[in-house]
Amino acid sequence: MSRTRPRPARDRAAAFRRASDPGHLVARPVSHAVAVPAELVLNAVTGLVALALLMLLVLGGALAPVTGPAPLARASALARRLAVFHRRRAGRSTPRRPPTTRRTVLWLAVHSVTGPAPVAATWAMLAALDYVFFRLHPVERSSLNTFAMSLSIAAIAVVILLSVFLFRAGQDRLARLLLDPPPSPDARIRELTEARAALADARAAELRRIERDLHDGAQAKLIAIRMHLGLARGSRDAGEMLRMIDEAREVAGEALTDLRDLVRGIHPPVLADRGLAGAIEASALLCPVPVTLDLDLPGRLQPPVESAVYFAAAEALTNVTKHSGAARAWVRLRHAAGMLTLTVGDDGRGGARRDAGTGLRGIENRLSAFDGSLTVSSPPGGPTELIMELPCALSSPKISPC
Amino acid sequence: MRVVIAEDLALLRDGLVRLLSANGFTVVEAVGNAPMLLRALVRHRPDVAVIDVRLPPRFTDEGLRTALEARRLVPGLPVLILSQYVEQLYARELLSDRSGGVGYLLKDRVGDVDRFVDAVREVAGGGTAMDPEVVTQLLTRRGRDEPLATLTPREREVLELMAEGLSNLAIAARFQVTDKAVAKHTNNIFTKLGLPPSDDHHRRVMAVLAYLQASPTGDRPTA
Repeated sequence: MSRTRPRPARDRAAAFRRASDPGHLVARPVSHAVAVPAELVLNAVTGLVALALLMLLVLGGALAPVTGPAPLARASALARRLAVFHRRRAGRSTPRRPPTTRRTVLWLAVHSVTGPAPVAATWAMLAALDYVFFRLHPVERSSLNTFAMSLSIAAIAVVILLSVFLFRAGQDRLARLLLDPPPSPDARIRELTEARAALADARAAELRRIERDLHDGAQAKLIAIRMHLGLARGSRDAGEMLRMIDEAREVAGEALTDLRDLVRGIHPPVLADRGLAGAIEASALLCPVPVTLDLDLPGRLQPPVESAVYFAAAEALTNVTKHSGAARAWVRLRHAAGMLTLTVGDDGRGGARRDAGTGLRGIENRLSAFDGSLTVSSPPGGPTELIMELPCALSSPKISPC
Repeated sequence: MRVVIAEDLALLRDGLVRLLSANGFTVVEAVGNAPMLLRALVRHRPDVAVIDVRLPPRFTDEGLRTALEARRLVPGLPVLILSQYVEQLYARELLSDRSGGVGYLLKDRVGDVDRFVDAVREVAGGGTAMDPEVVTQLLTRRGRDEPLATLTPREREVLELMAEGLSNLAIAARFQVTDKAVAKHTNNIFTKLGLPPSDDHHRRVMAVLAYLQASPTGDRPTA
C-alpha cells in the first residue's frame, strides 16, 4: 500500500466492500450445501468408473497376446481422460506434462477405493444404526427412542458434511501428488530454460516495438517541429510565420502524447509512485465495470515482479470489461508465507478458456517468467475467477522523506 | 498575484517563472524539491502554487503529496498540479477535502499560454481546473444506469467544460449561444444529478467533480 498513508487507502477499500456487498460472498454457503451431495455422488461414480477401467486395463493387458494392443490402448486413453478430469478439479487446469501410465494406474487404484469410500461409509453407518436399533435390541416405540435415533442420524449427517471437505482436500492432494509428475531436476531445468527463452523473446519484441514507436512517432514529429520552426524563421510573411509556429506547437503536442503512451506501456508512472496496490486501484478506477477492491500488501515487491503482476492484473480487468458481460468485479491481493496471491473475479457469463485467445495465455507467460502460476475457474454461467500465484519476497515499506 | 513554483527541471522552471511573470503574477519563490516546497508554501502562503507531480528526492509523486500536506497545514491553499500524465487516483485525492482551489493539468497545457494562465487564475480564485483528459475519463467510465447517462449530449459537453473550469460566459462563447441558454443547461444538469443549484459557478464545478469522485465503484450515494 502507499508508504506514507497506508491507512486511508485500506479504509477506502473497506468502504468499497461495505458500499457494494458482492453477491458472490453471500452465494457461497448456499452453493456449498448443494455441492456436498453432488460431490459425494460424483466421487463415488468416478471411483466406480476408475475401478471398471482398472479391471479393463488388467484384462486388456492379460488378453493382449490374443486380442492385440487396441483394447489396452483404448482403456488407457479413457483412464488418462478421467485422470485429467480429476486433476482439473484439483485446481490444475493445464497439465504441462501428461501423467505417465504407471502413475495413472496407481491413481486409478487409489481412486477406485477412495472415490466410493464416503458413500460406502455413510451406508455402513446407517446400516450400523439399523442393526443397533432394530436387530440387536428391538425397541418399542417411545419418544426417547425416536429422539435418540434422530440424534444419531443428525450426527451422521454432520460427520459426513464435515468429512466431505476434508475428504475433498485429501482427494485433490492425492490427485496432484500422483498425477503431476515429480519435479525431476531435468524437467525443472527444461521448464526454466523455456520460461527464460520466452521471457527473452518477449523482451526483444518489446524493445523492437519501442524502437519502432519512437522512430515513427516522437522522433519523426520532432523533425517536423524543427522543420516548421525553420520555415517560420525564414518566412517574410507574418501570417505564414504564425501558421508555421502554430503547426509546430500542434505537432509538439502530438509528440508528447506519443511519448506518454509509450511510457505508460513500458512502466506506468503510478506503479512507480504507489506500488502494486495503488496501481491496481488506479486501473480499477478506469474499469467501466464497478470493481470491489480488497488489497493488502504491506510492502513493495521487486520492480520486475511488481510490473509483471500489475500487467497481469490490468489484462485480467481488460478481459472482464471486454468479454465477461459482468455487473461486478472484484480484486483481492494478499501476500503470505512468501507467496503473492492475486484474485480477479467477475459475476459475468463465465466460460473463459486459456486456448480461446491470447489474453489468458499472455497472463500465464508473464507469471511463468517468475515461476508463478495461473488457475482459471470459469464455469459456464460464471462466476469467473483468475487466481494468480507468485513466489516472491516483500521488501519492508520505505520511509517516505516527505 | 503571488505564486510559488515547484519544478525540478531548471529549463522548465525558468520557463514557468517567465511565463507567469509576463502575465502579471509575482513569483515569490521557485523551488526544485519537495522539502523546500513545503517550507516555501508555509512561509509565503501564496495566492496559488504551481507544482510538478514528480519531484526530488525520490522522483515519484512527492509534489502531489507535498501539496496535500500543505493543504492540511494551510486549509484551502490553492494548488495547481502539473503532470506528464493524468491519473484519476490523484484527481480524487486532490478533490478529497472538497474545498476549492485545486487544479490538475497535463504539462502539455503550458504550451497553450492563455488557457494555462486562465487555469492558474481560476485555481487562485478558489475554482477548479481539471485537465480535459481527466474530465473525459470521469464521464466515459460511468455505467449505463448512472444518472449521467440521462444527460443530453449538449448537457454533457457543458458539464465537461464546467469541470475544466470555464465560466458560463466562456461556455456560451464557445457554443455561440447566450449565457441564459447555458444557465438553463446547467440547471438541467444539476436537477438530473440531484444537486441543489447555486449561483457560484466554482462551487458547482466542485459539486460535480465531488459527486463524480465520491462514487468510485459506481454506487450512487443517494437517489
